[in-house]
Amino acid sequence: MSVHTCASSARILEEAKQFAAEEIRPLAAEIDVKGELPRSLIDNMAQRGYLAASWPEEYGGLGLDPVTYGLFTEQIGKACSNTRALLTVQTSLLGETMLRFGTDAQKRIWLPQMARAGKLGAFALSEPNVGSDAKNVQTTYRKEGDRYILNGSKKWISFAAIADFFVVIASDTNGQITSFIVEREREGVHTIPMTGMLGNRAVHIAEIRLDEVEVPAENVLGNVGGGFTYIVSTALDHGRYSIAWAGVAIAAEALEAMVTYARSRSQFGEKLHHFQLVKGMIGDAVTKVHAARSLCLAAGEMRRSGAADAIHETAIAKYFTSKVAVEVTNDTVQIHGGNGCRNEYPAERLFREAKVLEIIEGTSQIQQQVISQYGLRKYAVKKQKAIRTRKDA
Amino acid sequence: MENKQKIRDFIESNLVVFEDEAVFSDDDHIFQMGFVNSLFAMKLLGYIEQEFGITVGNEDLDIANFSTLNNIVRLIEKHKQEV
Ligand SMILES: Cc1cc2nc3c(=O)[nH]c(=O)nc-3n(C[C@H](O)[C@H](O)[C@H](O)COP(=O)(O)OP(=O)(O)OC[C@H]3O[C@@H](n4cnc5c(N)ncnc54)[C@H](O)[C@@H]3O)c2cc1C
Repeated sequence: MSVHTCASSARILEEAKQFAAEEIRPLAAEIDVKGELPRSLIDNMAQRGYLAASWPEEYGGLGLDPVTYGLFTEQIGKACSNTRALLTVQTSLLGETMLRFGTDAQKRIWLPQMARAGKLGAFALSEPNVGSDAKNVQTTYRKEGDRYILNGSKKWISFAAIADFFVVIASDTNGQITSFIVEREREGVHTIPMTGMLGNRAVHIAEIRLDEVEVPAENVLGNVGGGFTYIVSTALDHGRYSIAWAGVAIAAEALEAMVTYARSRSQFGEKLHHFQLVKGMIGDAVTKVHAARSLCLAAGEMRRSGAADAIHETAIAKYFTSKVAVEVTNDTVQIHGGNGCRNEYPAERLFREAKVLEIIEGTSQIQQQVISQYGLRKYAVKKQKAIRTRKDA
Repeated sequence: MENKQKIRDFIESNLVVFEDEAVFSDDDHIFQMGFVNSLFAMKLLGYIEQEFGITVGNEDLDIANFSTLNNIVRLIEKHKQEV
């Protein structure tokens, strides 16, 4: 048992590892090729409480603390990135945000159904013309009586093609951003599935068109005007934590694939791992995976204790692990040679999935900005007032 | 340490302007002055809830309640009285 988890959590982690090995990993290649997450797998995960792993038991959750939830995400993500994405969106982005800012009624209605996979959701922030500059969403809302009317387009929305509801981020004419729960069946809601993705091919990405969609006031999530400050910030913070572990997961899976291949393939009469240059890549990969996991654990511990800097440490972890995932999967493809370029081996899929992590939940460049602001303050050498006073005296 | 000083220290340790002369009064709007960013709003909320053992409901999330040092102190005192 790890020092980071208690006995019951350790049991859940062990079960998740076994479940991933038996029920998810064997399907991962097919899921990627078909571009579809099997409904039976989603239901199977729901039955085990996995879709609500970090939520309290009263909403059907397993009550995992942030550290254990991270380690759990790693297990699922190692087996299949597309399946892990379900946790990122349902459990982390939507569920955690609703737990914090949802009204009692919203929590009672949505969370138990989401836990059972009776309702799947999608987080609709990005638009055709708005990505990193998320505060400038062009989807609009206006209030008419006690209803809100939404208009606009969302793009790149994971699970939007199959979701039962969307959390839509929109702006009024004064630039006040608010988030709304929008059920699929509302008139004026259309989704258009997107294909041809580099990675995340089975997360049912779609565009959403909203044409004079009416929602009642009780569908506002959080406060009116707090859509960006609280809802988007909270959702993306939880999303980043999930993606940080997704990076560890992909890098760790790639490392295993790299080692397995280097120990089995021979050239020049020697196994690949005998070559110094190959050893260099393996040594680097081991170091990077360990460092990436350490950062995630540190961020997880801070989240568990409620430390204010956890937000920044999470951004650091997300930035680093997604970079590491790209580097390690790159070397995994390299060590596989031609076999790394074909889908007979998982290397190419891991490589594609890794790259996506540097773009979603805030690109690496946006993380660098956030982290540098944190560092410019945190590592500024404070003026030693007391010492100067003594010297001056 | 009194609440106001605790919060001032917290804000100062999160300023996103790095000039040494960046100073703010108890009634300055720290968001409008560009001294903090939107990520800070969420961090501040978490800090207040953790440090002072309160839960801020949606009805009090209006940014005006967090815009100045005095407003933040008022919000905390209001919640502490309610407990
Ligand atoms: C697989 C996948 C799943 C997704 N799922 C969702 C989802 O579920 N919900 C959702 O809302 N969105 C989703 N997205 C969208 C994703 O969040 C955006 O793609 C991402 O935020 C980047 O926005 P963009 O693509 O518009 O790129 P842009 O913002 O146009 O950025 C393009 C490039 O410019 C750089 N850049 C931009 N601004 C700056 C700056 N100020 N300084 C330095 N560099 C800068 C970026 O880092 C990037 O390299 C998904 C995307 C993908 C690929």
